[in-house]
Amino acid sequence: MSVTENFKPTIVAFCCNWCSYAGADLSGTNRLQYPANVKIIRIPCSCRLNPMFVLRAFQKGADGVILCGCHPGDCHYTTGNYYARRRMTLLFSLLDFMGIERGRTRVEWVSAAEGAKFAATMNEFTETIMKLGPNRRLEDLRCRKD
Amino acid sequence: MQKRLKEKALELLSNCTVTRVLGWKTGEFFYDLTPAVFETAEEVEKEFVYSGFSGANLSKYLIQESRKQGKVAVFLKPCDSYSFQQLLKEHRILRENVYVVGISCNGLLDMEKIRAQGCEGVTAVTEDGDTLTVDTLYGTTKLSRNDCLLERCAVCKSKKIVAFDELIGEQGEELESNRFDRVAELEAMTPEERFAFWREELSRCIRCNACRNVCPACSCEKCVFDNEKSGVRNKAIADSFEENLFHIIRAFHVAGRCTDCGECSRVCPQNIPLHLLNRKFIKDINEFYGVYQAGADMDTKSPLTDFTLDDCEPSIVHERGGVQG
Amino acid sequence: MKRIAVENLQSLFAAVSAKKQLYIPADDSAGQAKFTLWSEGTVLTEKLNTVRSAKDLFFPQVENLVNFKVSSKKIEILENRDSSEPFVVFGVRACDCRSFDILDTVFLSDPVDTYYQSRRENGLVITLACNRPAETCFCGVFGIDASDPAGDVTCWMDKAYLYWRANTERGQELTKSLSVLEDCDESSVDAIREASKQILQKLPLNDLDLTDFRENKLLDVFNDSAWGELSESCLGCGTCTFVCPTCQCYDVQDFDNGREVRRFRCWDSCMYSDFTMMAHGTNRPTQKERFRQRFMHKLVYYPNNNNGVFGCVGCGRCLQKCPIHMNIVKVTKKLKEGMV
Repeated sequence: MSVTENFKPTIVAFCCNWCSYAGADLSGTNRLQYPANVKIIRIPCSCRLNPMFVLRAFQKGADGVILCGCHPGDCHYTTGNYYARRRMTLLFSLLDFMGIERGRTRVEWVSAAEGAKFAATMNEFTETIMKLGPNRRLEDLRCRKD
Repeated sequence: MQKRLKEKALELLSNCTVTRVLGWKTGEFFYDLTPAVFETAEEVEKEFVYSGFSGANLSKYLIQESRKQGKVAVFLKPCDSYSFQQLLKEHRILRENVYVVGISCNGLLDMEKIRAQGCEGVTAVTEDGDTLTVDTLYGTTKLSRNDCLLERCAVCKSKKIVAFDELIGEQGEELESNRFDRVAELEAMTPEERFAFWREELSRCIRCNACRNVCPACSCEKCVFDNEKSGVRNKAIADSFEENLFHIIRAFHVAGRCTDCGECSRVCPQNIPLHLLNRKFIKDINEFYGVYQAGADMDTKSPLTDFTLDDCEPSIVHERGGVQG
Repeated sequence: MKRIAVENLQSLFAAVSAKKQLYIPADDSAGQAKFTLWSEGTVLTEKLNTVRSAKDLFFPQVENLVNFKVSSKKIEILENRDSSEPFVVFGVRACDCRSFDILDTVFLSDPVDTYYQSRRENGLVITLACNRPAETCFCGVFGIDASDPAGDVTCWMDKAYLYWRANTERGQELTKSLSVLEDCDESSVDAIREASKQILQKLPLNDLDLTDFRENKLLDVFNDSAWGELSESCLGCGTCTFVCPTCQCYDVQDFDNGREVRRFRCWDSCMYSDFTMMAHGTNRPTQKERFRQRFMHKLVYYPNNNNGVFGCVGCGRCLQKCPIHMNIVKVTKKLKEGMV
């Protein structure tokens, strides 16, 4: 796939309110840089992430979707991220089964203290998506911008 | 078999064990049986049929039927009994209002497969051991019974009837099944090939919702795809994305609850192998979280409402073999 | 009358396709027939009929109507019709061909549906007589002769030749332009027709009698007690509606991508819970009412409004495809029990 020079990927990052969202905040206050095309959507807990959200993000133009939550064991609601972990494992596996590029989906555990990890993760993920190019296999043609 | 089922139905009605019997009703032809509720002995005598074409899984009807007045008897084949028990587990069926007659099964026939083997204008099918004699408007053909089985029966996972009040025929065992072979074949392909495969299959979808409506695990009062407030309601596929969305969500919603009864693929008018999506989930669950069969018992927690502290990370999808996409 | 040897069919398709887009019934990846845009290598199916009817080509499942662009207080209306180019559809069976008459009555009477109209004007229909009808066929009940279908051009086929008869001006025009066809005698197809009639006479559903429905018994049928029993195992899926060549209900929906609103129409099914949903809710709260609507429409409402013509052509698709095998034949027979 030839990646156009000026391809600016849209990344949707679903961040849990208690850890990762605060982590994103911290990376901001620490003036760590991560690409501006990462759009953060705050969710109350990583287990709030309905598989439908992931798919609809792709529909509406995302090229990559990442879920950030508290580290296993640290969930504000004790167990939410454990459920999220199983769900996302199965969802990503099915997407892979249907031929959607594996690199487009990711889960990363980011605590409120890990501002640096958040920025690094986003940089790395954006890099991966840049390499993969625009999302074509799970896009809705009606939503295409060009 | 039909005779024994009929006798049982008549007996249960006459001794007032039940007020209604759920079974299969005769049609215009020999194969077009309709699930039906029988209330009188005359109806049973005249219209009750059990044959190789009684494929319909009756367990989902019990959600409604068990909430009506009086007890209902139902005939369940082994795979239907898994669906039944799964529904019980989810508190969707009132067990005390149902009398389950488990029936042993040696595989059911698929009219589509008979037609696909070049039989047009079929007027009768007679079973004789492993051979089917098919009479048509244009002559008679003999087919191998194994070639005409429903997909789920060709790779039968279990002959065990997991929930019943009484049995007709022998209790069976769980079987060594090769039902995951096709999933494994697809897994071994490149992502491009898999993508092309699913585009080809899903592009035939006409969004009739038959797969969803027949599914015993799909029992929401109002489906998200019918709910205008959900934002994803659609009545037709307006973009290939919607095909993917519908089928991924349909399969995901029943993951961990799907017993692999195969009804989705049986009813699909476009012959889309929908069971492969469900089976992929079952295969993954077995590999990641230990072997689990939905509906096999009443106690084990469903894999998606359970977890362990050291579950694999979602990145396992990247790490597993196969070509990177 | 013209003819072409069966082994030269591809050259006929190539010749037609050189002039207009050509659709022929060909096998899809699941081995079922589907109207497919012909290109080199597309082979005519051996199946009797397609799963989806020829209606799709004139009244597609999804069709763009118009786009809106909203900016501040201005609404811009943008034309967004799917382009309709001249096309030819080959291999339409007699039943599907009759279904166009039924659709025409609905879409071409005032107010004319211009989307459908442009496709009808652009589409040339070549029918193919049935040699081997299925047990589920009952077009004869509606006075359709499957051995001599209508259409712009009618074709017959035996093992050696495809015979070709132009019926309309448009059909003749096309015929003139096809040099691959050779002349032959009108009587060439007599034997084929005779053989096909022999079988048509033997079809098991020929005895279906709908005359009672022609009399104005609207309320009697509507209030028949059998509807509950008939609909009790209906799944409420849309299979029957979507494979039906005469079902013509549609819904108009909007899709907003954040920059533009696309208004499109798509097939709707009276079997669905949100069919004709209104502000006050739905007037068909249970599956019984929805199920009844479908058959009342085909057997009573439509004929009452259209000189006794039924809204069914006997193609048998719903008989083959309904997941629970409930269909118009069973419904008709059951209702007739209550009519005596």
